[in-house]
Amino acid sequence: MIKYFGKRFFYMFLSLLVIITATFFLMRLAPGNPFTSEKQLPPEIEANLNAHYGLDQPWYVQYFDYLKRIATWDFGPSFKYKGQTVNDIISEGFPVSLALGIEAIFIALALGVLLGVLAALYHNKWQDYSSMIFAVVGISVPSFIMAALLQYIFAIKLQVLPVARWDSFAHTILPALALATTPLAFIARLTRSSMLEVLSNDYIKTAKAKGLSRGVITVKHAVRNAMMPVVSYLGPLSAGIITGSFVIEKIFGIPGLGSHFVTSIQNRDYTVIMGVTVFYSILLLLSIFIVDIIYGLIDPRIKLRAHKKGA
Amino acid sequence: MSALPNKKDKFVVVGSQADHAEKINKPSLSFWKEAWLHFKKNKLAMFGALLLIVLITMAAIGPHIVKYDYATNDLMNSNQPPSKEHWFGTDDLGRDVFARTWEGARISLFIGIAAALIDLAIGIIWGGIAGYKGGRVDEIMMRIADILYGIPNLLMIIILMVVLGQGLGTMILAMTITGWIGMARIVRGQVLQLKTQEFVLASRTLGADSRRILFKHLIPNSMGPILVTLTLTIPTAIFTEAFLSFLGLGLNPPLASWGTMASDGLPALEYFPWRLFFPATFICLTIFAFNVIGDGLRDALDPRLRK
Amino acid sequence: MEKLLEVKNLEVGFQTYGGYVQAVRGVSFDVNRGETLAIVGESGSGKSVTTQAIMKLIPMPPGEIRNGQILLDGEDLVPKTSKQMEKILGQDVSMIFQDPMTSLNPTMRVGAQITEVILKHNNVSKETANKKAIELLELVGIPRAEERVRQYPHQFSGGMRQRVMIAIALAANPKLLIADEPTTALDVTIQAQILELMKSIKKEVGSSIIFITHDLGVVANVADRVAVMYAGQIVEIGTVDEIFYDPRHPYTWGLMASMPSLETVDEGQLEAIPGTPPDLTNPPKGDAFAPRNPYALQIDYEEEPPMFQVSPTHFAKTWLLHPEAPRIDPPEAVLKNRRKLAGTFEKPVMVMEV
Repeated sequence: MIKYFGKRFFYMFLSLLVIITATFFLMRLAPGNPFTSEKQLPPEIEANLNAHYGLDQPWYVQYFDYLKRIATWDFGPSFKYKGQTVNDIISEGFPVSLALGIEAIFIALALGVLLGVLAALYHNKWQDYSSMIFAVVGISVPSFIMAALLQYIFAIKLQVLPVARWDSFAHTILPALALATTPLAFIARLTRSSMLEVLSNDYIKTAKAKGLSRGVITVKHAVRNAMMPVVSYLGPLSAGIITGSFVIEKIFGIPGLGSHFVTSIQNRDYTVIMGVTVFYSILLLLSIFIVDIIYGLIDPRIKLRAHKKGA
Repeated sequence: MSALPNKKDKFVVVGSQADHAEKINKPSLSFWKEAWLHFKKNKLAMFGALLLIVLITMAAIGPHIVKYDYATNDLMNSNQPPSKEHWFGTDDLGRDVFARTWEGARISLFIGIAAALIDLAIGIIWGGIAGYKGGRVDEIMMRIADILYGIPNLLMIIILMVVLGQGLGTMILAMTITGWIGMARIVRGQVLQLKTQEFVLASRTLGADSRRILFKHLIPNSMGPILVTLTLTIPTAIFTEAFLSFLGLGLNPPLASWGTMASDGLPALEYFPWRLFFPATFICLTIFAFNVIGDGLRDALDPRLRK
Repeated sequence: MEKLLEVKNLEVGFQTYGGYVQAVRGVSFDVNRGETLAIVGESGSGKSVTTQAIMKLIPMPPGEIRNGQILLDGEDLVPKTSKQMEKILGQDVSMIFQDPMTSLNPTMRVGAQITEVILKHNNVSKETANKKAIELLELVGIPRAEERVRQYPHQFSGGMRQRVMIAIALAANPKLLIADEPTTALDVTIQAQILELMKSIKKEVGSSIIFITHDLGVVANVADRVAVMYAGQIVEIGTVDEIFYDPRHPYTWGLMASMPSLETVDEGQLEAIPGTPPDLTNPPKGDAFAPRNPYALQIDYEEEPPMFQVSPTHFAKTWLLHPEAPRIDPPEAVLKNRRKLAGTFEKPVMVMEV
């Protein structure tokens, strides 16, 4: 068990190192110096600034400095906005993004699983067909288009929900729905196929032969086993929610980390881009790692395999 | 319980008769033919295929059937709603949205197909070598792929776009740098499967027609998952293009893609909704078409899913 | 003897892509209280479908019970809804499946899988059910039962899992236990243990058992009566003695001849039945076995044979028993064992017109 997670942790760490290294060197390749983009600075001030940010050092010194700073949870300063650090931006924007993300994940999981289970239970009936058409449409409508559509219908035409900003719960509904659509559809499809597979298993027949009711069989025997693929989808799900939030926060004018990230991209604020990317990567890899642990706890068979390998 | 009359001659032993036993009841079809029959039955997939044909046809002829050019500004006629003159209306610079939509179709489809084909090429080389060589080479190559697989895709694409600068080429490059891994994994799996089937092949070389086996069974069976992945890569790439446009990392004007059109149209949603409506609809329709075709192919090409 | 189960003219079919499969084509038999009936046949002969029809476990659609009655204690199960069946399954009829590796829920503790039957059908507390589960595990010969109830199926070997399945099947003291090839997926040594267990349980619990198998060798050990199925029909049914010492149907002969025994192994005269069973989307005209039958008569290719009665308990469905049929001696393997049994009629009697 411990060996299994140790190995997972090691791979996570390697992936993270690759990301940090890649972003670091890519950013050095980026066209132009961070300070040259807009105003022409006198050379001595530029040299001063470079020295201040350590840019006059050889690359490997900068690289290891950067690694050291990341290890101490310091993502560096913003080059565009003086006095603001990436850490400031994260602590300001992330709580908002987190709230939005959790709401979206909740919607996607609850409705997605419900739709998928219904579709599987009524396999080849109208419930199945309609859920699956809904799901394939959901997968085909990108979140930003869904956002625009929801805004147009509910905020502009019907005027039942606010168009934008982030003040009350009502403000969270449309962006969370827009963010949840694609993963919701995906979870519905995943749950359905997983449920169908589980329902064809012999132990479901055993459960039926026990005289258990359909409800008990569905909940106790089928759904629990069918949730395994859904659990392992939680990692990619959080990735989707994070990247989705960039556009959604922008469209709905939500002051989250995603919005800040997009602004920094548009401003070519390289250090912020780099810092936020690394932060997101840590977040994602960590969530994938946690999902792995949860998976191991839910499925008793995983323990055995790890034990056997370890022995 | 009457005795049966006139049946004396029927009670003679004739024994087992092979021709009765060996009757073949199902006509045996070639792999592709059976797959096609299955695909044809899938109404949603057939609808997707039809939709795709229409979209491709329009991408080919669309820009030519109106008298307007996709890039010519006409500020006197900016933000016109759909009319007889401008079927899909005009945008803020007075450009014809219909012409731009189909010009955009070309670019979006090109990006999708190019990204998918490049993924396929790299995937075949990487996954093919890993699967064919096996052993340590395979171990190392797939470990590298595993580590890269852990990296969030879109984040890396964004970074690459920031560094490489905007443009059609850089966009496809950025997508494929991260996109090939999934394909490489699939190809490797298929190669491993083919390898074990080589024994079958070898044993048949003496007697049976081995080319027939190769082309009728082995290649079609391994092509399935690759074809499906290929089909599903295209909508992902189209989505990514639009996504990048929204982040301001899309193509440079006056080039039109569905993504740039939609992101330009978004701020005007309240007053000029058609500027978003048309590109957005076609993004969705195209992704939808590829998705249902991919699903249909998966069902039709996987013998286990056929019943 | 009192009849527990009566199956009358059962017909089951499935709608598939390849057409309509007539999996069970008019099967009738009954099971007495405390009796073990073995149903023998090749895969695809309809034996599993027959028993799954009794439990109404056939997925409908694509399956359907087209015709017939299934009387359990005189009550017809065919028209019952799945809700009504819940009271009967597990309680009156329970089932042991073929593959113990897949028949248990992998993410549920073994104890919980047993207690859920007990809790469903008996009004008892959780503690009582737990105690009963431990007792059941002891009954089926699982050591350290108290520890084992808290384990997951993957911690059990195949044979142990099949014992757990038996414990589950016995949990609510069913009147009828259906065992669908319970030993097929197991190692030979384990097979024998499970068979022994089934026999001792039958003595102890007193339920009736339907034992499905493709292995005639297993039958002699456990069954009171044997039904031989071919192509969705019962072709011969009788007591164990009648089937083993005086089989009448050429298919049963083929089964006997292909069954290894101590002598045949030495003399190397094991015979396989040539060919494969017919495709039941298109059942052949006449006797379905005729194309594989070295003794087939002309009429076998034209008309389906009626059932002939050979003794009060012995029936066979073959034209060879018709008065006009030529006298045919069964193969050596059958002749060698043939015995004159008391109760056999002078002449077979036709009991069913075509």
